[in-house]
Amino acid sequence: MIEAELTRCVASFYPGASGATGAAKLSGGASQETWSFDVVHPDGHVGAILRRAPQGYGASPSRAAGLDAEAALMQLAYEAGVPSPRVMHVLRPEDGLGKGFIMARVEGETIARRILRDEQFAQARPMLARQLGKVAAGIHGLPASKLPPLRQMSSTKEIADLEREYRSFDWPRPVFELALRWLGEHDPGPSDETTLVHGDFRHGNLIVGPDGLRAVLDWELAHLGDPMEDLGWVCVNSWRFGEIDKPVGGFGSREELFAGYEEAGRKADPDRVQFWEVMGTLRWGVMCCGMMQRFRSGPDHSMERAMIGRRSSETEIDLLGLLAPRA
Amino acid sequence: MQDEPTPIELTTAVADFLRNDITPVISGHHAFKLRVAINMLDLVTRQLTFAQGSDTAEAARLTQLLGIKGSLMELNRALADKIGKGEVDLQTPGLSEHLWQTTMDKLAVDQPNYSSYKREAARDER
Repeated sequence: MIEAELTRCVASFYPGASGATGAAKLSGGASQETWSFDVVHPDGHVGAILRRAPQGYGASPSRAAGLDAEAALMQLAYEAGVPSPRVMHVLRPEDGLGKGFIMARVEGETIARRILRDEQFAQARPMLARQLGKVAAGIHGLPASKLPPLRQMSSTKEIADLEREYRSFDWPRPVFELALRWLGEHDPGPSDETTLVHGDFRHGNLIVGPDGLRAVLDWELAHLGDPMEDLGWVCVNSWRFGEIDKPVGGFGSREELFAGYEEAGRKADPDRVQFWEVMGTLRWGVMCCGMMQRFRSGPDHSMERAMIGRRSSETEIDLLGLLAPRA
Repeated sequence: MQDEPTPIELTTAVADFLRNDITPVISGHHAFKLRVAINMLDLVTRQLTFAQGSDTAEAARLTQLLGIKGSLMELNRALADKIGKGEVDLQTPGLSEHLWQTTMDKLAVDQPNYSSYKREAARDER
């Protein structure tokens, strides 16, 4: 039934398109859905993705940039040569599809275990860390004057947000307390430069092909802040999927990441990156606890959410490894 | 006193049934959900197997560290509070060892296949 609305919508903005077919829901959260479909065209089908908040859905979480901002950022990134899907259409009320946008579908893999293990990515893996550095530099270099309105973050504010969220769970975690204490004592303060920060630059949001990185997705957590945050987040052990000695996504070294970043004309600050890696590890731990809360209070009473709640201990061992390594 | 079979024997039997008899006849999204379900039962079995011993040892360490008695929850609240206030830190004798041991015991139940845990556990064995 969504195909009927998509057919009408597609005909209104895509010259020559006669319909939409093969609609399949890829994911659906409390506030957003992602659909894959094909635009039917005499020259052949064109792969497309719909990202939307249907009418009547709950407001997006307070950290979310909003779908309009996501579309603007993706288009800006695309135009600047950052690998990103082209935005084809921003939804209007008369489309009857809710709020959101339609973008070109980029073929490739997002599942970390396949990217890290499958033979077809063997050539891509050794170049990914450097590529990610270059792409991060491209994101951080997007012109501030063209950015949509975004929340402004700082390390100090992020520590306070994490502490507030952790306290709201009312469940004692001595290792998280240790991490919060360390973060407070090592807070580097505002960065020299405030830039666009992707906010979720890691496996799952990167489309990889045999030729390397093809697109950066999911700008939902984009904000303004310290650019080193993105470089620290991509080094969090939770995104290494067992390739523990390759800190960048399980495929590369920090040195390669920084080299790619610097080749693109920006300077990496390894101390700040390390700080953000600790913050990111704690952040993922707090997010896991949040999953447990949502499992318990509903509406998502799923086994997956319950089990993610039991993954917060993974971040505790990683925090200890970072802050109190054993001799 | 409850009768036999024990909870561990019961959860193991269900997990074995799902793993051996149901997994081969199921595919797609339900196969994924089934794997999650089996992992969950295995976790419960590990907790039933290990938690009593590790909880007792954890409470003993906390009593030693803090010099107070109480339930495991009360002791953990007290430790969390003291760390948060900076009254104990990594210089405090025994704190680092306690946090490591407690965390290793959690992972032995939650995710014994997690990379960082496997590496640290292998070091403990040497």
